[in-house]
Amino acid sequence: MSRKVLLIEDEPNITEAIRFLLTREGWQVETHAEGTDAVDVIRATQPDLVILDVMLPGKSGMDILRDLRDRDEMRDLPVLMLTARGQSRDRDMAEKAGVSRFMTKPFSNTEVLTAVRDLHAQASRT
Amino acid sequence: MSAGPDTEPERAVAPPPVFLERQSYRRRRLSDAARLLPILGAGLFAVPLLWPSEPEEAGAVSMSSAIVYIFCIWVLLILASAGFGLAARTHGGSDTQGPERD
Amino acid sequence: MATLNVLILVCLGYVVLLFGVAFAADRLAATGRSTWLRSPLVYTLSLSIYCTAWTFYGAVGYAARSGLEFVTIYLGPTLVMIGWWWGLRKLVRVGRSQRVTSIADLISSRYGKSNTLAICVTILAVLGVTPYIALQLQSITLSFSIFAEADPSGIYNEGASVFWVAAGLAVFAILFGTRNLDANERHHGVVTAVAIEAVVKLLALLAVGIFVVWGIAGGIGPTMARIDASEIGTWGVDRGRWAAITFLSAAAFVCLPRMFQVMVVENDDERHLRAAAWAFPLYLLLMSLFVVPIAVVGLDLMPEGTNPDLFVLTIPLAQGQEGLAMFSFLGGFSSATSMVIVAAMALSTMVSNHIVMPIWLSSQGGGVSVSGDVRDIVLFSRRVSIAVIMALGYFYYRLSGGGAALASIGLIAFAGIAQILPALVGGLFWRGATRIGALAGLTVGFALWVYTLLLPGMGGSFMSEAVMTYGPLGLGWLRPQALFGIDGIDPMVHSVMWSLSLNTAAFCIGSLASFPSPLERLQGAQFVNVFDHSAGPRGWTGSVAQSEDLMIMSQRILGAREAQEFFHAEAERQGGRGYLPEPTPTFLERLERELSGSVGAATAHAMIGQIVGGSSVSVEDLLAVADESAQLLEYSGQLEEKSSELSHTARKLREANEKLTQISLQKDAFLSQVSHELRTPMTSIRAFSEILRDTEGLQPEEQTRYAAIIHDEALRLTRLLDDLLDLSVLENGQVNLNMGDGSLREVLDRAISAALTGSDRPLRVRRHRGSERIPLHTDLDRLGQVFINLIANAQKYCDAAEPSLTISVHDVGGQVVVDFIDNGSGIPADAQSMIFEKFARVGSDKAGGAGLGLAICREIMQRLGGEVSYLAGQEGGAFRVSLPLAYKQAAQ
Repeated sequence: MSRKVLLIEDEPNITEAIRFLLTREGWQVETHAEGTDAVDVIRATQPDLVILDVMLPGKSGMDILRDLRDRDEMRDLPVLMLTARGQSRDRDMAEKAGVSRFMTKPFSNTEVLTAVRDLHAQASRT
Repeated sequence: MSAGPDTEPERAVAPPPVFLERQSYRRRRLSDAARLLPILGAGLFAVPLLWPSEPEEAGAVSMSSAIVYIFCIWVLLILASAGFGLAARTHGGSDTQGPERD
Repeated sequence: MATLNVLILVCLGYVVLLFGVAFAADRLAATGRSTWLRSPLVYTLSLSIYCTAWTFYGAVGYAARSGLEFVTIYLGPTLVMIGWWWGLRKLVRVGRSQRVTSIADLISSRYGKSNTLAICVTILAVLGVTPYIALQLQSITLSFSIFAEADPSGIYNEGASVFWVAAGLAVFAILFGTRNLDANERHHGVVTAVAIEAVVKLLALLAVGIFVVWGIAGGIGPTMARIDASEIGTWGVDRGRWAAITFLSAAAFVCLPRMFQVMVVENDDERHLRAAAWAFPLYLLLMSLFVVPIAVVGLDLMPEGTNPDLFVLTIPLAQGQEGLAMFSFLGGFSSATSMVIVAAMALSTMVSNHIVMPIWLSSQGGGVSVSGDVRDIVLFSRRVSIAVIMALGYFYYRLSGGGAALASIGLIAFAGIAQILPALVGGLFWRGATRIGALAGLTVGFALWVYTLLLPGMGGSFMSEAVMTYGPLGLGWLRPQALFGIDGIDPMVHSVMWSLSLNTAAFCIGSLASFPSPLERLQGAQFVNVFDHSAGPRGWTGSVAQSEDLMIMSQRILGAREAQEFFHAEAERQGGRGYLPEPTPTFLERLERELSGSVGAATAHAMIGQIVGGSSVSVEDLLAVADESAQLLEYSGQLEEKSSELSHTARKLREANEKLTQISLQKDAFLSQVSHELRTPMTSIRAFSEILRDTEGLQPEEQTRYAAIIHDEALRLTRLLDDLLDLSVLENGQVNLNMGDGSLREVLDRAISAALTGSDRPLRVRRHRGSERIPLHTDLDRLGQVFINLIANAQKYCDAAEPSLTISVHDVGGQVVVDFIDNGSGIPADAQSMIFEKFARVGSDKAGGAGLGLAICREIMQRLGGEVSYLAGQEGGAFRVSLPLAYKQAAQ
């Protein structure tokens, strides 16, 4: 059974780094760089986990997260959120919106990998 | 909407010097004299009160002398007043201690 | 024989001439070229309204009856003028510094801006002056009738002529007395007309006198002999009357509303008093010089029973000197008209300000801050007041029958007006004088005057013979002309003595027994010490919200433009901008004085009080009143300055704080942006460096690629930091412009090569090199930086298949503009407004920029004095750089 992660990130270099890391861990990595149609892409891709940037062109990660949590089928989808803005206000907002894990850029690769593993393990258990 | 200089507060009145210059001193005395002028005038105009008021009384003053007296005093007062005005103007100038002000 | 028609024509012509003069003077004053209108000569001549028809005609009659006694009427004012240093100087200074509009306003203002007092003085003035106006109407009518008698062909109707004279004078007074509202804007037209009339009446009387002395009597010597031989040939003046009337005329000279009008309200320059101090006594002397000779010759020549009041007219007529008689008639006409016009103006101001306006204001339930112009109402009420006063004079004349000797009415009026004197003098020289005292004095004096002089003088219909002889209810000691049993004095002297002495006593006792309000004490200090500090009382406190109400109110009274100018000037004086000054006590006090110039002190005070909600007099203010010494006054002045400085500082601080809050909000947003822009490249750098460090078995090409990414992102970081620093330097204005000369073409050449070098995306640049030969004097590197940015922008964002950029140079309205237009899809309309903001980016393409480039361009162009803007409506993305005009010219 293949594990699929959808990475929504508009910064190509960051996308490439995360793709490299997760591919080596055995993940199938799908990417998308737009905020506007992100929810549709998630539904179409059916990922096991979503890595979501906050500052996206078209629609912010926060809004995408809220939309996800409004839909029954994706209420429990693990979402790892990344932000470069690093203010505590953002973390509060994300938690309120129902984020699974919140991380500030720049991150260490190990942290990301650990977070992805943890989230996936939690989701598989339930 | 004219805000003339008179509407500006003239608050800071410096205490006057104890001794005035000779010219200022002269000006002060001049203004004293000008102030006394109306009192002098009132006194001189009151002199006819001493004259007998009934034409029949002895020593009655004739009308022509009365006219001459009154008008002479009058002319003198006018000349004195004009003189003081002229003197104040020539002396006055910008001196704030002059007869124009306190 | 001069017919009545000719006379009327001459009269009308004369009036038209006066109209013309008054009109021209008003015009001249409006243009500001009227220095001679403000000369001491005009001021002195305007004072001559003291000499009415009563003195012009009546003096001769007076002399014919009582010898030299008539001269007392002139001696009193002479002494007052010569003694100007004692009293008039202060009166004029107070009147000007408090913007007083009338004698009633002055009294009201001095005693705590009490409208009750103002009403009392107004009523007293109307009662005293109405008979006086009737007197003038009578004299004009009488002089007409002299000519009518001599002209059998004319049909002369006395009643009609009085009516038309009164109506004509009312029209003249309305036309020129109520054209503008601000009483301190002075009626130059009327004053000039009055000055001309002063010359006419003086010359007329002198002409008649010279004719009588040299033409009839045969020189000075024979005239003197004739005088001594006449029935008034010896000195026979009642001593009491001599002193009393001299005093009375001095008092009336100061208290008469019309005298106050010309002497104080219309005064342009205090220094004019100094000239008038000798010139006006001279005028009076000349006016009285020939009175006795005319009287004596008249008594000799004219048949028994001829009215001596009209000798001035009848002697020339009897001698066949019709031209002289006509001139003399014009002199009398001038005396009467000038007095009536100024008196009506002065009285109407009082009636309108102190009676009509307060009633009107209190009838307006909505308060004074309702918008709408009340100037029309004020002017209208003044006009109606003039008409009413003239009508009163007319009816008084008709009812009294006009029989009494002219002089007696004049003296009765003098005695009435003189009742104001104690309150006036006390108010100017005694700080202890209070409102209660002034009211008591005025009431007592007024009542005694009515009882002992006015009613007895009006004859049996008003006061029965029994009362005159035995006193009211048989109380002998209350006989009107022998109060307290003191009998045998001339009724005039009796009345003046009792009314003024008891008036003064009541004034003093009332003042000593009562306690003044703080406002009264402040005003008292202002008036008595006017030469020490001419500032108004400080007493208002207001809040900002009230400024607008005050503005609305002021617009109605001063007029919209004047009010706005005044408010704007005050706002600037306070150091702020805009049109609404803070209602500081100083501002409110100025405003009140400005308004009082239009509607009087009491009304202005009440109007401001209605908005600001009552005055507060602080402890410091009272200290200033209580303390006599100049040092303490100065000290309190410094305190006030400091406190106003403090409130000024507080305001500045408040403004600064608001600005800081705003800046801090912007700063938060900015820092958040900067953080994002810094963290993004750092994320890539950290991620790939960890990959390089931790991953084993990386392919060499992978290693190279990841190292390249790290390198690029590091460059991006550097660029970002450079931009941020650049922007901060530009925004703080710390940038040093390196001005140099060059041509636009060179700058563009360098910019294009710098922008395109090492770029992998092709961009075709189209130029018209010919049009680029424009010399520049500016910071060429900075300008080049702007061009590089714009070219790089096109290179990055132009989305056409074959990207190209057209650079064209135009002259737009004398300004050189450089347009950069690419063939891409351009910037969406909704994004155009924010592309020059920091970190603004359009679209998803993040080709390395942090979104600071255009912000920097904008800052640079501002520093250089030019502009960069987005040019909408082109095929693709288009930017326009406007080069500052000065640079182009400076280089030529």
